[in-house]
Amino acid sequence: MADQDIKKARRHVTQNEALIFERSAPGKDSFRLPPLDVPAVDPAVVLGAGAVRGGIEGFPEVSEIEVVRHFTRLSTWNYGVDTGAYLLGSCTMKYNPKINEVVARLEGIANAHPLQPEELSQGCLRVMQRLAECLLEITGMDAITLQPAAGAHGELTGLLLVRAYLESKGNPRRRVLIPDSAHGTNPASAMQVGYQTQSIASNARGTVDLAMLDRAMNEDVAALMLTNPNTLGVFEDQIAEIAAMVHARGGLVYMDGANMNALVGVSRPGDFGVDVLHLNLHKTFSTPHGGGGPGAGPVAVKKNLEPFLPVPRVVEKPDGALALDYNQPQSIGRVRAFYGNYGMLVRALAYILANGRDGLRQSTEDAVLNSAYLRKGLEGHYELPYSSPTLHECVFSDKRQARHGVRTGDIAKRLIDYGFHPYTVSFPLIVPGALMIEPTESESKQELDLLIDALQSIAREAEQEPELVLRAPHSTRVGRLDEVQAARKPILRWKPANGG
Amino acid sequence: MRYLPKSPEERRAMLAAVGCDSIEQLFAGIPEPARLRRELNLEPGWSEPEVLRYFLERAAENARGFTSFLGAGAYDHFRPAVVDALISRSEFYTAYTPYQPEISQGTLQAIFEFQTLICQLTGMEVANASLYDGSTALPEAVMMAVRATGRHRAAVARSVHPEYRQVLDTYLRHQGMTIEEMPYGEDGRVAEGALAKAKGDDLAAVVVQSPNFFGVIEDVTAAAALAHESGALLIVMIAEPASLGIVRPPAEADIVAGEAQSLGVPLSFGGPYVGFLATREKFVRNMPGRLVGQTTDANGERGFCLTLATREQHIRREKATSNICTNQALCALMVTIFLSTYGKQGLRELALQNLAKAQYAAERFERAGASRRFSGPFFNEVVIRGVAQRGTAERLAAEKLIGGLELGRYYPELAGDVLLCFTETAPRDRIDRLVEIYSS
Amino acid sequence: MYPANYRYTREHEWVLLEGETATVGITEHAQKELGDIVFVELPKVGSRVEAGKPCGSVESVKAVSDIFSPVSGSVTEVNTALGDSPEWINQDPHGKAWMVKVKLASPALPEGLMTAEQYEQYVREETHG
Repeated sequence: MADQDIKKARRHVTQNEALIFERSAPGKDSFRLPPLDVPAVDPAVVLGAGAVRGGIEGFPEVSEIEVVRHFTRLSTWNYGVDTGAYLLGSCTMKYNPKINEVVARLEGIANAHPLQPEELSQGCLRVMQRLAECLLEITGMDAITLQPAAGAHGELTGLLLVRAYLESKGNPRRRVLIPDSAHGTNPASAMQVGYQTQSIASNARGTVDLAMLDRAMNEDVAALMLTNPNTLGVFEDQIAEIAAMVHARGGLVYMDGANMNALVGVSRPGDFGVDVLHLNLHKTFSTPHGGGGPGAGPVAVKKNLEPFLPVPRVVEKPDGALALDYNQPQSIGRVRAFYGNYGMLVRALAYILANGRDGLRQSTEDAVLNSAYLRKGLEGHYELPYSSPTLHECVFSDKRQARHGVRTGDIAKRLIDYGFHPYTVSFPLIVPGALMIEPTESESKQELDLLIDALQSIAREAEQEPELVLRAPHSTRVGRLDEVQAARKPILRWKPANGG
Repeated sequence: MRYLPKSPEERRAMLAAVGCDSIEQLFAGIPEPARLRRELNLEPGWSEPEVLRYFLERAAENARGFTSFLGAGAYDHFRPAVVDALISRSEFYTAYTPYQPEISQGTLQAIFEFQTLICQLTGMEVANASLYDGSTALPEAVMMAVRATGRHRAAVARSVHPEYRQVLDTYLRHQGMTIEEMPYGEDGRVAEGALAKAKGDDLAAVVVQSPNFFGVIEDVTAAAALAHESGALLIVMIAEPASLGIVRPPAEADIVAGEAQSLGVPLSFGGPYVGFLATREKFVRNMPGRLVGQTTDANGERGFCLTLATREQHIRREKATSNICTNQALCALMVTIFLSTYGKQGLRELALQNLAKAQYAAERFERAGASRRFSGPFFNEVVIRGVAQRGTAERLAAEKLIGGLELGRYYPELAGDVLLCFTETAPRDRIDRLVEIYSS
Repeated sequence: MYPANYRYTREHEWVLLEGETATVGITEHAQKELGDIVFVELPKVGSRVEAGKPCGSVESVKAVSDIFSPVSGSVTEVNTALGDSPEWINQDPHGKAWMVKVKLASPALPEGLMTAEQYEQYVREETHG
């Protein structure tokens, strides 16, 4: 295929740019402080000569325009949601509304110190209270903490809650059951809370195997960690039986809410037997991913787990004023300083208010419709390892293309040439050679048609000109990077050319 | 809904294409008892002006136009306009973790620069791509020392940020660890003899913070010597890294970790902030969190990619060095831009101004008869003895001032003492007024 | 391809017994499956290893695999050169990329190890099975 067959993208010039340190020259500067209005001090006198450092070797000295060009040029080497469809499965790369950025930067919010008096923080606390109410209504749970900084941090918090609850009942138990389709953070989090993990194999439909669960679930098991819909995009249709079995044997059901984008307004974890759940505000509730964070991972629980939530908690005083309550004797303590990634909470609430009940529901419907449309368009071109109905994402495999030596990673690289950010590669682990695709509600029919076209075209290329796919991407600033060299001889910082 | 790019006709066409008569059919996989058969009890969607008005109203319920003297782990420094201008490039803030390096070189190179800047500041050899914040960086650093030494006891100074220590307790509760507290002395530093008492061949880590929670600069050299005598690692926490513009870096430490909010990240009521963790090359495989490395592409051009990922949860799962997945890339970018803009001279000037303001304020207090609680050298924070009752929030608020932190909340033995922070943002006349209120 | 004087495990390690000392490494098949090796973690000299238990690990860019000790005993020597040159494991797994030397606890190799012929058959079955 030649470039003219690629409808969505065309090559364009990008600027080269060195490291900021390589732009540096002594004496250049780009920021000036107001003059000091108190007497200057000699640091050697104040701190002691041995405690004072000289100039920081290699530290940048550049002018403002150079800083601006530097980072602007770097930005043009990235692909963001604002550039086009970002297909990472289970990452929910949806549109990040611009008003969210504006309100998070308002004076009074952006410059609020976390320890300023409560009387001077009522607005900040009000936002937390309102977001908590909205999230509880959306999830059907009873109480919530907004403190965890990300999804994995929420998992850690949620499992600490499970453990504290079971300890209060006399036995913390020893194991956590995790389906083999789960995210890697699940077992890593369980270990951190002192639990052994046990993997539960999925059945032929890609869901939890009840018989397997029946064998594994005993008085030694603290919790089942479930992602629902799971990483295949399939809703656990036996969730009622699963929850009943876990509860009957004294365990709790933990839900990883990574895929909550399929459920908002349609189904509530609190109504199908979930005891603890973490949300990813940076997935479902549109806070930007920022190139890998910050996120926010609130944890919602049922009533029986509420006494164990982290401190402080936002409470309403009799006069209607809000306060932070640190007096929770059964609390697991803190999982983070202050109150969490507050700026993300502001953005998430702005998203919920702008959408409202109607918009949230429509978003879920569109996300599922987009995924179904995509699945339909790709069936027949890519292997679909599980035929169960899917919600917000679908998982194909590279089985057909692999016959020509083309693997999922190669297809992903070629998709870059077609102007898209690739899907999630090689995950979930239960699908060899997985292409895990989540379009979200933010893609138009036009963009999806271009995507289907692109993936069909790549499937043809894989058969007819596999070399073209194997050497992709062809249109990016850099080609495939030598990750083996990077790992064998790690270079993790810049050093001055001469000495240092 | 304005965020959804579909017309009713397009929805119909797409439904028809997938062979459905109604959207309901697409949700058939969810069993009936799990379905929500009513609308969510939320308001209908708001227009953009309504959303803006709501948050303007909330902002107006908070302090606005105040001069604040709070630090205690969250610091207000002048943020150059370029920081927000550049992080608002949506190729930065609407991108995901750079798993596809060919279209993520911007994020990757910026993180590589961040790692380098953190090494330059701390005197360490490797730094990761960031952690959630300073408080969670502490347990990550301690768990790293446990992995590196195979030991399970840590001695932590009582002068480490109390909320960081609370987070440490929460994280390590089920890790079979012993945490001992080292008291502080009259100078505000780790008490003499406390380090020696902590010694032992089961000691994994000694943890101090510098400047510590009281603003006092610790004797890192002494702490390092004692930690190393036991074969333990020295962890130095830093909550106010602007100090590193003038204070000698803790080069004898094995791990330097902390909070970089001070360097360009808004206060934002406590987050998002950005943790950092730096160490020596020999410990790199014990590090938590993401790392970006330099390499070459197929044409021999320089490029960057995530590396040493085998330490991480998505590969090692239950054996990972940490469960951390998300980092704080956008906040790390703010720090990178902030430091590039201030530069070598600017950061030194910033630190010197902070030092001068705090010295000035301490002298004013001294002259007004209010003394410092601790005698040790300090950077931009200082504890003033017994003035909390005079500086009530109401008296201060009447003057549009936010005073310091009453320490009894974290240290019952210091009830009535106030921790105050003086940065370059505090004008002299406001400092003078503050001293008057606290000392009259 | 597989030296006749070596013995092999089902986890794809090889072992060579010379006197009381066993030399251990991973097989050609193992290195091919793992791809480019970027790092190897080996036990400390003087530490004890046990047959069938992990005694170290090898890493490629995106995978980690345990090395299972084929023998029990104490480690007398490790191939420290692999720290700087993990690529040797890909280039010469049966030779200069040996990993550890173990002084055996009992004078003979444990039972159940495969001969070269048996191992080749085993690999064939595993790949096509």
